[in-house]
Amino acid sequence: MKILTANRLSDGEAVWYAADGTWAETIDRAETVADKLGESRLEAIGKAAYDNDEVVDVNLIDVVVTDGIIRPTRLREVIRAAGPTNRTDLGKQARASARHA
Amino acid sequence: MYRYDEFDHDFVQARVAEFSDQVERRLAGEITEDQFKPLRLMNGVYLQLHAYMLRVAIPYGTLNSKQLRMLGHIARKYDKGYGHFTTRQNIQYNWPALSDMPAILADLASVEMHAIQTSGNCIRNVTADHFAGAAADEVADPRPYAEILRQWSSVHPEFSYLPRKFKIAVTGAKRDRAAIQVHDIGLHLKKDETGALGFAVYVGGGQGRTPIIAKKIRDFLPEEHLLSYITAIMRVYNLHGRRDNKYKARIKILVHETGVEEFTRQVDAEWAHLKDGELALPEADIRAISTYFAPPALVARPEGDEALRLARLDSRSFGEWLDQNVVTHKHPDYAAVTISLKGVGEAPGDASDSQMEAVADLAERYGFDEIRVSHEQNLILPHVARADLRAVYDALVEIGLQTANSNLITDIIACPGLDYCALANARSISVAQEITHRFNSLERQRDIGELKLKISGCINACGHHHVGHIGILGVEKKGAELYQVTLGGSGDENTSVGEIIGRGFGPEDITDAVETIVETYLRVRLDSSEIFLDAYRRVGQAPFKEALYGSEAKAA
Ligand code: HEM
Ligand code: SF4
Repeated sequence: MKILTANRLSDGEAVWYAADGTWAETIDRAETVADKLGESRLEAIGKAAYDNDEVVDVNLIDVVVTDGIIRPTRLREVIRAAGPTNRTDLGKQARASARHA
Repeated sequence: MYRYDEFDHDFVQARVAEFSDQVERRLAGEITEDQFKPLRLMNGVYLQLHAYMLRVAIPYGTLNSKQLRMLGHIARKYDKGYGHFTTRQNIQYNWPALSDMPAILADLASVEMHAIQTSGNCIRNVTADHFAGAAADEVADPRPYAEILRQWSSVHPEFSYLPRKFKIAVTGAKRDRAAIQVHDIGLHLKKDETGALGFAVYVGGGQGRTPIIAKKIRDFLPEEHLLSYITAIMRVYNLHGRRDNKYKARIKILVHETGVEEFTRQVDAEWAHLKDGELALPEADIRAISTYFAPPALVARPEGDEALRLARLDSRSFGEWLDQNVVTHKHPDYAAVTISLKGVGEAPGDASDSQMEAVADLAERYGFDEIRVSHEQNLILPHVARADLRAVYDALVEIGLQTANSNLITDIIACPGLDYCALANARSISVAQEITHRFNSLERQRDIGELKLKISGCINACGHHHVGHIGILGVEKKGAELYQVTLGGSGDENTSVGEIIGRGFGPEDITDAVETIVETYLRVRLDSSEIFLDAYRRVGQAPFKEALYGSEAKAA
């Protein structure tokens, strides 16, 4: 499975593309795709948002979904989705909605 | 300390205005990311994992209290209440919004600070011995020369697009506390037989993926030739440094591939044209800059000895701090104090907004308004009367910065690693935290003695792991963190690059591995005066390999 992630241009906040067409601030709302077709659709959306100066550093990343919970396969993306592991009071993990990420 | 003149003020203000305009146009979508990225990097703005990052220059690591207070203010107002002091004597903020950059830079400019040339292929912030101007063992304060280099290199038209970044470090003492031999240029300020000042010039050192120790290409360069000679080096590098491959673009590769003799010959040939031209530094100019760095008026405070004797009796922990974090000053009644940013479980180099403000207050009250940032990621009060040390200590206890571990195993250098850095392979801070917990006991640390442990989260080596007595490098293996250990590195006047001891360790085993290494050292050392580095140099890898890998090592 893959999801689309980026950082918001104005403040650098890590964001994930959600099924409702917005860029969500937590990974739990990310839209997952499971095939090439879905990947190219997300890629096109990412490119358009980049060209439209909404986001920067756009990437498709690998995730696994278990019991509805999205978890990136790379530690880098796990940390991006949660916040620094040495400061659990900072980043997304400090918000209730992202605790399980 | 150095004060901006009108030119400096206008220059920094103009840059703030220019970059503010660029940010505005970027946010309005008038310029693309491709166009904007080089502009933001020229102003110290990176994009990291969680957010933007702003790197602020602290020239040669020197701050006054007003500046440190402003750094605290920025942390509180625009960031998340803290900043990270780095091995390059700078500070990095981890969370600022791009839209706040103009305001942050304006605030910095109001206290004569900026983020110019903290990134990009230019001459970066010049670093210096953090005890400069205070150290008892120093020939002269190296900072006036660092300031001359700063002025000369700022937006230098010829040297703004070098093959790669360029880092210069200076020391004025034989004991090298600025790691000059792992810089592109290292300068050792000294005196010749006649008492004249000049420099031993080292070129082509560096860390990163190809660690190389700098070569001394001149033993004594009279001070008036500083700029002409460095210009000659820069020209040779600018012309012949490789631009085809980013990994071979640093001057260390050029010096290595050209050979030291031939490289020196090319520099000398270039220098012959420059030597007696407009770059020669008039004595009067050097002395004029030096007056900015004149030591504060240190009045006699002979009551210090008796005060310390009593304070030691009164508090054992004060005595330990005194032994560990306080060093001898040029003036017998004064001392230089290391404020450790390496408390147990803390991220090395991080300081909170209120800690910055409190240290600024201390500097103002007891330290002649001066603070230094050390490349070992601590703060320094360079001039404190011995009679005031107890008061300083008590104030540090209140803000949790009294850790008495300078130069001990928990005085760790660590880069931000995978907790923040977009280039990282593995975490650094978490490893540092676990090691500080494991070696929490000060008694044990002091028994182990001087031991420099340095951690980088990838081969770029921002955490100086190559020159750690124990170096830890994070790599990624099959999607997981793995830590490679090097032993025997050193960043002082006897610089050496650490050697890989064997296969790496997972995050759950790395602290045990460090402990095994330390226990092995304690077993093999001649006595407690033989520090880890010396013992390793004497006995080599074998006992450490055996202890870490056992029979497996013998078979290999
Ligand atoms: C945004 C975060 C950072 C990025 C992208 C970054 C990038 C790099 C890169 C690419 C290199 C290798 C240069 C080369 O080999 O040519 C490097 C080296 C280095 N960086 Fe960083 N770095 C970052 C943070 C830091 C921090 C936080 C420090 C200080 C703690 C630091 C200090 C150094 C030092 C001392 C070196 C090795 C010396 C050398 O240039 O050879 N960097 N960095
Ligand atoms: S060493 Fe690597 S992980 Fe650490 S700060 Fe430098 S680039 Fe990032």
